Amino acid sequence: MDKSQLAWREFLSGVRDELPILVGVVPFGMIYGILALGAGLKPTEAQAMSAVVFAGSAQFMLVQMASGATPALVMILTGFVINLRHALYSASMAPYMGHLRAPWKALLAYLLTDEAYAVTITHYNKGGEYKIKHWYFLGAGLALWTSWQISSAVGIFLGTRVPPQWSLDFTLALTFIALVVPALEDRASVLAAVVAGATAVLAFGLPYKLGLLTAALVGIVVGLWGEER
Amino acid sequence: MNNPWLVMIVIGVLTFATRISFIVVLDRWETPSIVRRALRFVPVSVLTAIFVPELLMPTGTLDFSIGNARLIAGLIAMVVAWKTRNIVWTIVVGMGVLLLVQWYL
Repeated sequence: MDKSQLAWREFLSGVRDELPILVGVVPFGMIYGILALGAGLKPTEAQAMSAVVFAGSAQFMLVQMASGATPALVMILTGFVINLRHALYSASMAPYMGHLRAPWKALLAYLLTDEAYAVTITHYNKGGEYKIKHWYFLGAGLALWTSWQISSAVGIFLGTRVPPQWSLDFTLALTFIALVVPALEDRASVLAAVVAGATAVLAFGLPYKLGLLTAALVGIVVGLWGEER
Repeated sequence: MNNPWLVMIVIGVLTFATRISFIVVLDRWETPSIVRRALRFVPVSVLTAIFVPELLMPTGTLDFSIGNARLIAGLIAMVVAWKTRNIVWTIVVGMGVLLLVQWYL
């Protein structure tokens, strides 16, 4: 098999491995679109946000804040804090990106979401030749990107016709449960998850979603501590 | 939202900068082992910190009652995720339980 065939195969397995996650992402994208219109955004603005920000939980928070009279600066700070976790994904991916040219790095960084990261890092962690796996990353990332844009558009199109009693927003929590629970393979990860969850509840009242960031940092520190004991 | 375009473009740029940060920096900087070890706990900590309040405080305050449909659905979804390690099953069962509890309790 020549190099381009191998690359194509990597790309396709990235797309394939991303598909199960899309079951949770598509309803979430639709809910985002519905909420964005409800918060008073124009359809073009709501759709542009999905392309420009491209981060589900931040977009969700932003439209929730948009319906109140939140100052622009507070919204920017909140979006930034919620998306800070991507710096940690970035650090986790960086060792595998060193051989790539700048346009590749920029494209993959743009596609670096929770859902693309989760399947791609698992693929890298399996070992083997890593220098072709950016094609897998591209496949997973583009599959997610495409379905996020389309599901946002469907939500924007449906507008307020989907009743809130369907609780479609809960698919986000369920997706995260499906990603986290199988990863709890040792005592230190369990400890990190339990402490992060408890801290998130205790610190829920902190302004600007700072409780989320606090909980994540406490979880990481406790995980490291647990590993050393 | 007063300035939707300004807000989304600034957040978009900040998010992209966050996502590319280490991918660019680590090219020229050896990662300390503490950072590498800490990274293992990042997804578990961040994602748990997002979903736990959604289960325990769906209306903004702690709710351990049997009437908290999201807590019941979430706990069952965790068992499904543990047993099947399958995202689709976790979501389908979780949503099914949530809707059943919401409508029949």
